[in-house]
Amino acid sequence: MSAVQGDIRGGGRRQGELQGRLFSAFLLLSMGVGLVTLGTLIVKVILDGVRLVDPVLLTDSPSADPAFAGAGPAILATIYMGLLLIAFTVPIGVGTAVYLEEYADRNRWYNRALEVNIQNLAAVPSIVYGILGLAFLVRGLGLGRVLLAGAMILTLLVLPTVIIAAREAIRAVPGSIRQGAYALGATRWQVVWRQVLPAATPGIATGSILAVSRAIGETAPLLLVGALTYVAFNPTLLGDFTALPVQIYQWTSRSQAEFRELAAAAIIVLLAILLTLNAFAIWLRNRYGRKW
Amino acid sequence: MTEIETPREAPSVNIGDVSLENVAERQRPSASPEVRDAVFQVKDVTVSYSGNPALTGVSLDIYRNYVTAFIGPSGCGKSTFIRCFNHMNALIPGATIDGTIMYHDQDLYGPEVDAVEVRKRIGMVFQKPNPFPKTIYDNIAFGPRVLGMTDNLAQRVESALQQAALWDEVKDRLKSSALSLSGGQQQRLCIARCLAVEPDVILMDEPASALDPIATTRIEDLMHELKKNYTIVVVTHNMQQAARVADMTAFFSVNQGAEGQRTGILVEYDATPKIFTQPSDKRTEDYVTGRFG
Repeated sequence: MSAVQGDIRGGGRRQGELQGRLFSAFLLLSMGVGLVTLGTLIVKVILDGVRLVDPVLLTDSPSADPAFAGAGPAILATIYMGLLLIAFTVPIGVGTAVYLEEYADRNRWYNRALEVNIQNLAAVPSIVYGILGLAFLVRGLGLGRVLLAGAMILTLLVLPTVIIAAREAIRAVPGSIRQGAYALGATRWQVVWRQVLPAATPGIATGSILAVSRAIGETAPLLLVGALTYVAFNPTLLGDFTALPVQIYQWTSRSQAEFRELAAAAIIVLLAILLTLNAFAIWLRNRYGRKW
Repeated sequence: MTEIETPREAPSVNIGDVSLENVAERQRPSASPEVRDAVFQVKDVTVSYSGNPALTGVSLDIYRNYVTAFIGPSGCGKSTFIRCFNHMNALIPGATIDGTIMYHDQDLYGPEVDAVEVRKRIGMVFQKPNPFPKTIYDNIAFGPRVLGMTDNLAQRVESALQQAALWDEVKDRLKSSALSLSGGQQQRLCIARCLAVEPDVILMDEPASALDPIATTRIEDLMHELKKNYTIVVVTHNMQQAARVADMTAFFSVNQGAEGQRTGILVEYDATPKIFTQPSDKRTEDYVTGRFG
């Protein structure tokens, strides 16, 4: 065997080999920490609460007696709030994104200021939005501690996320599509409405659903705008309300062990709602995902 | 909104099929420019991006029912120039155009000219096929729909596909996605899309540069066919392509300024055989013989 042939067998002692292995181990460990923690939590919650996920929990009102206590009004309110959130955030969020991507002149200072502002708003803690809601919606506008105020404050909370997701989706539509449409004599309105938005819809829908599913898990801002913990009737738009996370929060702070089991059961319900939403988002992305 | 009149009747002087060999003798625009209609008359056009000129002082006429090719090295401004004819440069922030371009004796950049009206008459095919992520039918129907030409839409779609020599390949799958077509088919789809709005002029910006040789040949055959009814302007990197398809050829080059700024200029514009066999400018000769660029 000649020396030239032998050269290709490096003997496994390349410089950087050790670093490479350590890095892989670190990556594996990071993933493991996340998965194990999450898995433990879910298993624990299911073991604690699955026994109590029954029609009483899903439909009955809260009660001082854990045997008859349910989260019916809270579940309904969470669903209402999710629907209101979609109705509020999608038009405003998509409108803002279309303006920023298709109409705004980046050379104008107010457009750049708007952009920076939206990025920053996405990082504001949710409790701050709660305070804003209390001061501005509940007291300032005199809306009171009602479901609508809760939905509006959650809208403000997730709007920056929806705007950012919608902008990404709009930006992912290739410029050649816009050029092709303009070259055929389409106006800007026609280009946006008939080419850009249809092409961006899967991305916008996915981003919006993920944002909404984050919002309906929020507790802190709802506590501030006055979500009650005991609501014995089904929610209305302008009436007292509670929400599933608030109900869970309240039950976990009760002294009886039964209420903590109820909280675990309610967490299972909340998780099921969120996972359904997220699964729908993933399905949308795969079904109508990017084609070019 | 200004109504640009598009003469629909046949050209006043019909010289029939112009073949490559005799175009020089039969039609030397420098010798007898009045014989053939000029679709565009370009006078001293300069295009700048944010104040930096990309192309300066271009004057030429583009004749009806001819294929006119723009050739030249990268950065010579030929793509920039072709985009002046349908106001596509207006989509680029900071782009300005000086000089005049007359389109059938109307100022293309006059104060009341509407870019939508211009693009309706002057279609464009791009370098990379850019079908919309929609069905084949909806791709062709898009132009007529946005322009309100929806009478006999199905008929219009079929006729456009037939003119682009694509009908036989797609007639059984008009409802499938345009993205399922091959690259060459996609480019012919883009040509059909442009024909569906019945333009007067078709601008093609390196229409075959992303295609294989067979697909390229089909596009070139199509250009020969289409020039009977349309005026075609084509930018190409491929000199053989210009020699094969064009009646007139304009050679652009890059001028290096005193401070190192590079701007495109028009070096020579003449009948294609003249450009390729007896160019009057040394720079053209160097380029077409492969000594430069």
